Amino acid sequence: MAESVHIHNLEKRFASPDAPGQEVHAVRNANLEVTPGELVTLLGPSGCGKTTLLRMIAGFEEPTSGDILFGERRMNDVAPNRRDAAMVFQSYAIFPHLSVYENVVFGLRLQKLSDAELKARADKVLAVSGLTSMANRSPNQLSGGQQQRVALARAIVMEPKVLLFDEPLSNLDAKLRDQMRVEIRDLQQRLGITSLYVTHDQIEAMSISDRIVVMNSGNIEQIGTPREVYARPASRFVAEFIGKANFPEAIVADAQTVDLRGVKLPVPTSGNVGDKVTLVLRPEAIALSATEGDFAATVRRAMFLGNVAEYLIEIEGLGEWLVDVPNPGEKGLLDPGQQIFASPSHSSLHALRG
Amino acid sequence: MLTTARSQLRILARDPILLALVAVIFAAILIFVVYPLMMVFIASFQERGEWTGANYALMSERRLYRNALWNSLSVGALVGLIGVVIGYLAAFVLTRLDVPGKRVLHYLMIVPIISPPFVSAVSILFLFGFNGLITRQLLGLQDFSIYGFHGVVWSQVFTFAPIAYLSLRGVLASISPTLEDAALNIGASRWQVFWKVTFPLSLPGVASAFLIVFIESMADFGNPLVLAGAAFPMLAPQAYLEITGSFNLARGAMLSVILLIPSITAFAIQRYWIARRQYVTVTGKPTASTSKIVSTRVKWLLYALVLLFAALVLMFYGVIFVGAFTQVWGFNYTPTLDHFAYVFDVGFKTVTDTLIIAIITTPISGLLGMLIAFLVVRRVFPGKRALEFGSILSYAVPGTVVGIGYVLAFNGPPFILTGTLLILVLCFVFRYVPVGIQSGTAILRQIDPSIEEAAQNLGASALTTFRKVTLPLIAPAFFSALVYAFVRAMTAISAAIFLVSANWNLMTVQILNQVGSGRLGVAAAYSVVVIAIVLFAIVVINAIVTRMTRHMNMVKF
Repeated sequence: MAESVHIHNLEKRFASPDAPGQEVHAVRNANLEVTPGELVTLLGPSGCGKTTLLRMIAGFEEPTSGDILFGERRMNDVAPNRRDAAMVFQSYAIFPHLSVYENVVFGLRLQKLSDAELKARADKVLAVSGLTSMANRSPNQLSGGQQQRVALARAIVMEPKVLLFDEPLSNLDAKLRDQMRVEIRDLQQRLGITSLYVTHDQIEAMSISDRIVVMNSGNIEQIGTPREVYARPASRFVAEFIGKANFPEAIVADAQTVDLRGVKLPVPTSGNVGDKVTLVLRPEAIALSATEGDFAATVRRAMFLGNVAEYLIEIEGLGEWLVDVPNPGEKGLLDPGQQIFASPSHSSLHALRG
Repeated sequence: MLTTARSQLRILARDPILLALVAVIFAAILIFVVYPLMMVFIASFQERGEWTGANYALMSERRLYRNALWNSLSVGALVGLIGVVIGYLAAFVLTRLDVPGKRVLHYLMIVPIISPPFVSAVSILFLFGFNGLITRQLLGLQDFSIYGFHGVVWSQVFTFAPIAYLSLRGVLASISPTLEDAALNIGASRWQVFWKVTFPLSLPGVASAFLIVFIESMADFGNPLVLAGAAFPMLAPQAYLEITGSFNLARGAMLSVILLIPSITAFAIQRYWIARRQYVTVTGKPTASTSKIVSTRVKWLLYALVLLFAALVLMFYGVIFVGAFTQVWGFNYTPTLDHFAYVFDVGFKTVTDTLIIAIITTPISGLLGMLIAFLVVRRVFPGKRALEFGSILSYAVPGTVVGIGYVLAFNGPPFILTGTLLILVLCFVFRYVPVGIQSGTAILRQIDPSIEEAAQNLGASALTTFRKVTLPLIAPAFFSALVYAFVRAMTAISAAIFLVSANWNLMTVQILNQVGSGRLGVAAAYSVVVIAIVLFAIVVINAIVTRMTRHMNMVKF
């Protein structure tokens, strides 16, 4: 049942609505292989082309060039109603004139299933989604979370080859979002449906994905597991978009070491000795100490965030760094102006290419 | 450009039914909207098969024609002005002020829209004619004549002010009262708030309402025919008289073209210039929309004016109703059923003809309107703008012009339709579809397109999506399109008068004939029957649409 998805050299250009004669390059030369049963998120800021890419897979947008394949089958010229790729819409797109039950069986009715089979499949999905008691309600009597479940139930009842999610949780409040995130991931793994999931929320992407595709202004910047894209971002954009980071410039000392203002750090690079490289230094990978460390620093700002204390420290010659120190409730907070020492953790350093 | 057209067609071709539908609609609009208009233009430049500008030269040579043009323009402008003043006043009072009986007054304001033509003209004759109740019986005037400029203007104001009211109502309701509150809050006086905030915000709507009434007035055929009189020629009836009286098609066509120019100009300004300048200040938050910018005294004064207009509406209809049951108005006020006996005896075939035509026209026009709205808003295909323009063009074309166009276009090969039921149905469908298209597009633009995408995503073809999702969602627009089509089919005269035959005749044409031969009682009886049928139909259509949309809940595909 689960199907692989292949995207080859996919391009989308359209005429700019603002400047006549000009083109907007929404998606540039996208390549992606999604294995059966995998959940891949398309992550990026608004306008990066992630939704356009998803809508091309659904068939709502026409690619300018390139190919979309489900398994062996080229889908470019297949109408959206024949793609067997069920979509969960950002606005849920629930049919307001139909009951919850009729929303869920809408697609099944089109397949002319027998009433018995129709009901059996719908009941199963309604039960899984916790909607059984609301089957006869009208959608406008449902809360946002319940509407979200109807949208999801309506998609999975189709037992589609591919499930598509277009920012499905962006209209929910924070708590519900966390809960639905877990539910979606559970369901997807249980059913083993190949899924593509668009979001601009990096936490959401990290928590549910097998792999993340990070996009920026039409380009795919990086494809990798959540760990890969966090620990070894391919670009400064990826590093900044997924979590926070400091970007000090170092000089290549040898293939395994760089020199950061006189301090030797173990970072493998491909550059020549003497080349400048940009390091990615995560705030939580910097240790602060009152007595000893690699760099002398001054605390400029201190914020108590509950689970961490977030500091802005200044190091002479290296500028300001963001540093997260866990468990501030117990350790107490440093004061602005205080002199301290900062040491990057040697195990989690990463240098950007080029 | 060509490549995009080709790729758009390729996408459309994935849904062959849709492609076929678009092609059919295109062809239909070309044949039944564009082609007749072209024939009018061609005929206006021809004289016995020769190309000539002679017809247009008559425009400057003959005073009759010059006067007709001038009279039509000045009546249109004045009716537009008075209509907008009345409409604005009523809209302001009924949307922004806290006064009793708003609902009833609203319905009284819009009743003239659904009434047959001649109702106001016949009422005016009953009240102010040679044997008028007011002029003759009450005031004893011997030499008063209602015919001419003032008669036409008053009759048209009564007929068209409600249209201005309806369009201004929407405009005023969409101006957020918080803006007025804000202006009052920073120290503006009430008068200043009105002139500096409320009025400027509604100005595009005012201009638009003026132009709509102007277009309607220019195109109006019934009122001038009854009330203008021989000394006061106007374009639309003059074009009709050229053709039916002097059998001069070329001159009739020429006058049609002259009539068309101001109408199309006003339409273009309204649609492409003013419509873009409308302000929408609705914030999405529910607003208690009672305006505080008029004092209590002014409020009741404005309210009294609206009551006065509503009273006039009541009086006009009352007079028609009483007139229908009166032996001979002005001489013998004995109650009688004779006029109705005539309608249901001699005139009964006309009643059934009209009903058959209206019943066939209504669903076709309503569905076609929704379908075109769906295609225009939701689908991309080459020539979309042309299709949209072509389909709403007939809204701006005066009925007289359409009628002459149909006579010219369908009297000979390749399409011979003269005298058939088909020609009347086609004429009505394409004339009245624009209102459906416009209300359909307006609602559709507010519906999240992903609802329809969801249906497609679940396997529905474009047509299934339209039937099962779009149509129920735009049911209110569908309802108003059906009502409009039915009402117009029941009350049409200007185009239809050229197309009726011994086989297929219309009640409105009968009303005109009765007025022409001075039998106002029978005319009134016909009017009462038309009004009764229209009111009954509105109830029925409402029931059907409600049922249809509810029924969709359970229906099998």
